[in-house]
Amino acid sequence: MEEIYAKFVSQKISKTRWRPLPPGSLQTAETFATGSWDNEENYVSLWSIGDFGNLDSDGGFEGDHQLLCSIKHHGDVMDLQFLDQERIVAASSTGCVTIFLHHPNNQTLSVSQQWTAAHYHTGPGSPSCSNAPCTGVVCNNPEIVTVGEDGRINLFRADHKEAVRTIDNADSSTLHAVTFLRTPEILTVNSIGQLKIWDFRQQGNEPTQILSLTGDRVPLHCVDRHPNQQHVVATGGQDGMLSIWDVRQGTMPVSLLKAHEAEMWEVHFHPSNPDHLFTCSEDGSLWHWDASTDGPEKSSLFHQASLPSSPTIVISRAQGSPGRQIAREPGKRNSFRQYIVEHSKGDRAKWKRTGSNTLMTMQKSEESRMMKKN
Amino acid sequence: MEEFDSEPTVTWIPGVNSQKKQMCFDWGPGEMLVCETSFNRKEKSEMVAGCPFIHIIRKDIDVYSKILRKLFNESHGIFVGLQRIEEELTGKSRKAQLVRVSKNYRSVIRACMEEMHQFAVADKDSARGRQFSSQVSILSAMELIWNLCEILFIEVAPAGPLLLYLLDWVRLHVCEVDNLSADVLGSENPSKHESFWNLPGNTQTLTELELRWQHWHEECERHLQDGTFASNPHLESLCKVLLGDDAALLEQKELLSNWYHFLVTRLLYSQPTVKPMDLHLYAQSSLDLFLGGESSPEPLDNILMAAFEFDIHQVIKECSLALSNWWFVAHLTDLLDHCKLLQSHNLYFGSNMREFLLLEYASGLFAHHSLWQLGVDYCDHCPELGRVSLELHIERIPLTTEQKALKVLRVCEQRQMTEQVRSICKILAMKAVRNNRLGSALSWSIRAKDAAFATLVSDRFLRDYCERGCFSDLDLIDNLGPAMMLSDRLTFLGKYREFHRLYGEKRFVDAASLLLSLMTSQIAPRSFWMTLLTDALPLLEQKQVIFSAEQTYELLRCLEDLTSGRPLCGEPDVQQLQDDDIETTKVEILRLALARNLARSIIKEGSLEGS
Repeated sequence: MEEIYAKFVSQKISKTRWRPLPPGSLQTAETFATGSWDNEENYVSLWSIGDFGNLDSDGGFEGDHQLLCSIKHHGDVMDLQFLDQERIVAASSTGCVTIFLHHPNNQTLSVSQQWTAAHYHTGPGSPSCSNAPCTGVVCNNPEIVTVGEDGRINLFRADHKEAVRTIDNADSSTLHAVTFLRTPEILTVNSIGQLKIWDFRQQGNEPTQILSLTGDRVPLHCVDRHPNQQHVVATGGQDGMLSIWDVRQGTMPVSLLKAHEAEMWEVHFHPSNPDHLFTCSEDGSLWHWDASTDGPEKSSLFHQASLPSSPTIVISRAQGSPGRQIAREPGKRNSFRQYIVEHSKGDRAKWKRTGSNTLMTMQKSEESRMMKKN
Repeated sequence: MEEFDSEPTVTWIPGVNSQKKQMCFDWGPGEMLVCETSFNRKEKSEMVAGCPFIHIIRKDIDVYSKILRKLFNESHGIFVGLQRIEEELTGKSRKAQLVRVSKNYRSVIRACMEEMHQFAVADKDSARGRQFSSQVSILSAMELIWNLCEILFIEVAPAGPLLLYLLDWVRLHVCEVDNLSADVLGSENPSKHESFWNLPGNTQTLTELELRWQHWHEECERHLQDGTFASNPHLESLCKVLLGDDAALLEQKELLSNWYHFLVTRLLYSQPTVKPMDLHLYAQSSLDLFLGGESSPEPLDNILMAAFEFDIHQVIKECSLALSNWWFVAHLTDLLDHCKLLQSHNLYFGSNMREFLLLEYASGLFAHHSLWQLGVDYCDHCPELGRVSLELHIERIPLTTEQKALKVLRVCEQRQMTEQVRSICKILAMKAVRNNRLGSALSWSIRAKDAAFATLVSDRFLRDYCERGCFSDLDLIDNLGPAMMLSDRLTFLGKYREFHRLYGEKRFVDAASLLLSLMTSQIAPRSFWMTLLTDALPLLEQKQVIFSAEQTYELLRCLEDLTSGRPLCGEPDVQQLQDDDIETTKVEILRLALARNLARSIIKEGSLEGS
């Protein structure tokens, strides 16, 4: 039922992203990109899992991922997004934003465009010029929005040399992630636990709205927008807490769920089935949240005022194999859906899910694992 | 103390003219810094261009090899799994598990070797290809040694099965042995050979085995004596081989690639039921006979000999000297320690040998920019010095991005290393303050629960306010939440901003009482009182009376406190005179406003309602 393919790749992977499929395509995704971090030389690479017909030389089975091409990247890859089928945007710890172009005919990657000083503390003009890491990037072809540790928001357009719009000092703390609400609105999360909404149509440098949790100012690390309801977002915090927000209604989150034991690095809604949510964390686990119910009254995660304090997926430790956890769905259903998740100390799971049934995680920063669920 | 077995290697530093200039150096955890000094070796008359670089010298380049990285990662997984083996398991099941772990390690080495071999073959003619080839032979030697240690120390094979294991060992590492066995099998009595070598687990006892072998040996000898093979010299020498005749075996030296192959072959035909304790005698004589006085033993030979002599410490010592990386000795020693084979005698420069080697290996990992996360686990499993070692290393990991810092902090917090958390957060907060990211600085001081730093950040905010007349980063100050309680200054900052907000919303009475409480509750720093009083001015000058008489008296008292506390200094300069002037004017205006307000409030409070 569960198949996991693991392979050591000799580099610590920070982000993985599936290549988007052409609209209306019925295929499953076959290619994904990875970005590495914390190496002397970092790489952005493209991998493929298509079946190769015959088994390859070391008897690799169908589903094993193969490296297609890679290109050197200066600095850690802090975030990675596909701009379109051929272009990948990478955010670097040197403050540089790069667009890589994939040439499928000779399987190479090349630099298509680069903004080298997108994020900085003191600018190139001053003597003590220092760069700031670019922490997050989001794309909506041809627009690219980036945020960084310098509290700056940049709006780029592919093929424009200069930034279309820059909001300096948008935040006094680090901006960790950004997502589009409705174009031209974006939402950012920062390291003092605030969500801010910015409207590019407006001239000023002030956010149109600020939301935050009362209580401790726990930094927020990731954000994702509901695929269909543009006013609903999910955020993950440093304490592993998952929050769902409705930006139209007040400044409080709709629900708060205690989830992981350590920082939550990524949160994603399933693109076609948004009752399903996925989160991964520094504690080495990947959780699948399921808000759909069997009954006729569909209670959605987002409209209920009171929600169960524990998630619908329970993670339990499998007997006898320390380091493996089996995620089970409790409840009245007779059948359990089981997803085996690798868990060892200090792992960080970075992953991305496809439109189909394949989940992929990069674990222990050196291995890539793939899980197929059926 | 210790003598060196060989001359130390010389490394030339590029760009430095060592004839003319002197160098200086300093040790790091895994590497050395070297640079040129200004001292000339000869007289000052020669001015030679200097080398402007600082060089980093690393002994252990293996840790940077991409292929070996997989070795480090996979073996890390095996290591951590080994530490978790339950202590209750004793006897056979424990031994079986330890053997399994040993085989895991070996398979990881083999996998690495195969991959490197592919690279070596692909790159045959270049220097890199040769380097890969030499790496492959080093890995092969490591696997050879590990395998032998597994047979002798972990499996603890008794007489009988011992030879079978040794046969496998040789067979695995030397391809040519297959030819010899094909030869033997093709001889006269193959059936006797096949039936003779029972698989382990057979119920036959050692004495039975010995008897049968003795019987067979005598038969062979009889054939030789009778001259049955006299017609064919090849068959005759073959018979001599089967009898274990040393001379006959040595004649086939080309088929035997090394002395331990020779040893096992000898034992096969002369002492199949050799006891482990007797091995070293045969080993020594095999080595001497094989080398024949032509060449001297190599380091690998010494290591294997030490293993045959069951001198574990000597094996580890020789391996440490021969190999450039601590990986091998650290993992092997740890495994042998789990087999309870190392007496925990304390070394004179540290704790027991296992911990020493593991921590040396971990230090090497920490020196690597990427593998530091593995080093953490090794330190965790060294009960005596691991924690201290980790505390020292973790603070020195370079933190280029906040994300890396968060991971390091999580490692520290999971181990309750509060001092390190505080120290790292302070470094990050200082960096943030220098870059004018006051929100980040505050966020780091909240994480470290560092009240002193929170005070520093608040002072910066207040200073900025005084200089610019308005607050920067209102988004932060307006939303401090419970973090405000971390330090008095921070509380003051939050409350002061609240005062401004109340004033902006025209809630003057609330604003006034808040302002007063800021001064009377002593959370406002003295230096700020003047600003606060000046802020009170517009409230005092409002049409309606805002401050009550009681409150006005309080304000007056504060003003008096402030003015009386000012010292008189002699010989003031022009600037100071000007400042004093401004101060005096301010105070006068305040006094006037307060007096007027007092008057109005007394009247208001004294009158009947409605007037």
